[in-house]
Amino acid sequence: MAYSDKVLDHYSNPRNVGSLDKNSSEVGTGLVGAPECGDVMKLQIKVNPQTNVIEDAKFKTFGCGSAIASSSLATEWVKGKTVDEALQIKNTEIVKELSLPPVKIHCSVLAEDAIRAAIHDWKKKQDVAKPATVAAQ
Amino acid sequence: MSTDVKTIPQAEHVAPDGVKLPVYMDNHATTPMDPRVLEEMLPYFMEKFGNAASRNHSFGWAGEEGVETARERVAKLVGATTKEIIFTSGATESDNLAIKGVAEMYKEKGNHIITAVTEHKAVLDTCKRLEKYGYRVTYLPVQKDGLVDLEDLKRAMDDKTILVTIMWANNEIGVLQPVAEIGKLCRERGIIFHTDATQAVGKIPVDVNKNNIDVMSISAHKMYGPKGVGALYVRRKNPRVQISAIIDGGGHERGMRSGTLNVPGIVGLGKACAIASEEMAKESCKLAGLRNRLRDKIMGGLDEVYINGSWEHRLPGNLNISFAYVEGESLLMGINDIAVSSGSACTSATLEPSYVLKALGTGDDLAHSSIRFGLGRFNTEAEVDYVADRVVETVSRLRELSPLYEMAKEGVDLKSVKWAAE
Ligand SMILES: Cc1ncc(COP(=O)(O)O)c(C=O)c1O
Repeated sequence: MAYSDKVLDHYSNPRNVGSLDKNSSEVGTGLVGAPECGDVMKLQIKVNPQTNVIEDAKFKTFGCGSAIASSSLATEWVKGKTVDEALQIKNTEIVKELSLPPVKIHCSVLAEDAIRAAIHDWKKKQDVAKPATVAAQ
Repeated sequence: MSTDVKTIPQAEHVAPDGVKLPVYMDNHATTPMDPRVLEEMLPYFMEKFGNAASRNHSFGWAGEEGVETARERVAKLVGATTKEIIFTSGATESDNLAIKGVAEMYKEKGNHIITAVTEHKAVLDTCKRLEKYGYRVTYLPVQKDGLVDLEDLKRAMDDKTILVTIMWANNEIGVLQPVAEIGKLCRERGIIFHTDATQAVGKIPVDVNKNNIDVMSISAHKMYGPKGVGALYVRRKNPRVQISAIIDGGGHERGMRSGTLNVPGIVGLGKACAIASEEMAKESCKLAGLRNRLRDKIMGGLDEVYINGSWEHRLPGNLNISFAYVEGESLLMGINDIAVSSGSACTSATLEPSYVLKALGTGDDLAHSSIRFGLGRFNTEAEVDYVADRVVETVSRLRELSPLYEMAKEGVDLKSVKWAAE
């Protein structure tokens, strides 16, 4: 299998590897995929409660080079975006940026899922913390 | 409690002295030719180009002489007589000829064939085709160590069983089946025993009489000979085995395999066998030493690695090992200057891990993260050390990246996690 230069770059120098405190109310955690399927991604975001801007993002991925690259790229893209902007990220953009071949499209889908799952987790925490404001949005 | 992992960027790989990159460690897939084999073959392309079946001139005689010398050398390596060796295009053809040939020849006697789930596709798919033609096939399971249970085999045998086909050495996990015992059980019941010995011949002592073999497949390119040539051993007495041809034509090879003989290839196979007869004992010690060194270095540098298949009953050059919490393709990507095989066929969204590892009861996750190292005649200690270092470094790096490794270290039971994709 031939990999694009961008996949190779993310594989060799993954960005934002690590973990955030999953118990913090400012942190949302997405864990998607399954070991039997060969891919598991954990993507975490830290959101500024005043501005809803994603100030930090970290990932860890078990999966092929394309899965590692997709999630590494996802952390780069969500950083600095508001939560709503981050929800607009489409897997097809990841496919394009990394030149993923058709057999690797599922890696980009998983990365999109991971972003959504992390945001969903964060929103759930906000519902508990301050139900009125979130409901009003 | 945020943690920031400074993953060490993957280093540029510099080959240590005496190691040429990429390192070839996939000798179960194929072996490089031994230069002595090539040398022996060369005259048979140009000067001695004759058709071995031409009886009327010296060109033909030269070809025939090359072929008959090769036949003696092959026969000697496996303890057979020359009349029992049929040349073919390789082990795939030999397996087809053995199984289809016996099935057709003995169809009046019965229609039942026994094989095992860990066989090579050349055997399994041949058996599947015969099922379409009305044959009944039993696919024996294997035990956790990869070995067939002889009690299972006995229970599967009935008065319609005409053939048992079980490989000598497995091409993925290198596990050696108890062929002598299997052959004995077959002999007692008048059942023909075929073994695919592609990975065994030239690597470990093979004697068709001591091991009660009736029919046996051999391939040249797994033993430092050329590709596209092999042989089938067919027993001529005690008992005499007959097989129907599957390729019809000029009646070459005692009518069992028509087609003008691949003289240079056959000469190469013969030379490869002659070298193995001389050097196998020493070589297998060397290979086992290198293989054990590789295992010790990898297992010394990493936790949670698992060897697949019996360690005791194994080819000297084989190491098949799974690395928990890392995915196979990313692992291969990290060691892309080393040529090995993986138990994962990760080319689509639906991954299909090795059916051999699954048959041992290995979980899909461990099957996906397995690597087969196949050591061969030309591997060196420096290469083994380089490969071990690279594997340890890459697995460590990928585990830092792995959420599964992190969870396992936190004491999470991964089996109890409800995975989103399930
Ligand atoms: C056990 C076994 N049987 C059969 C074959 C097929 O051999 P050949 O490539 O000579 O057709 C191979 C090699 O891939 C093998 O390992």
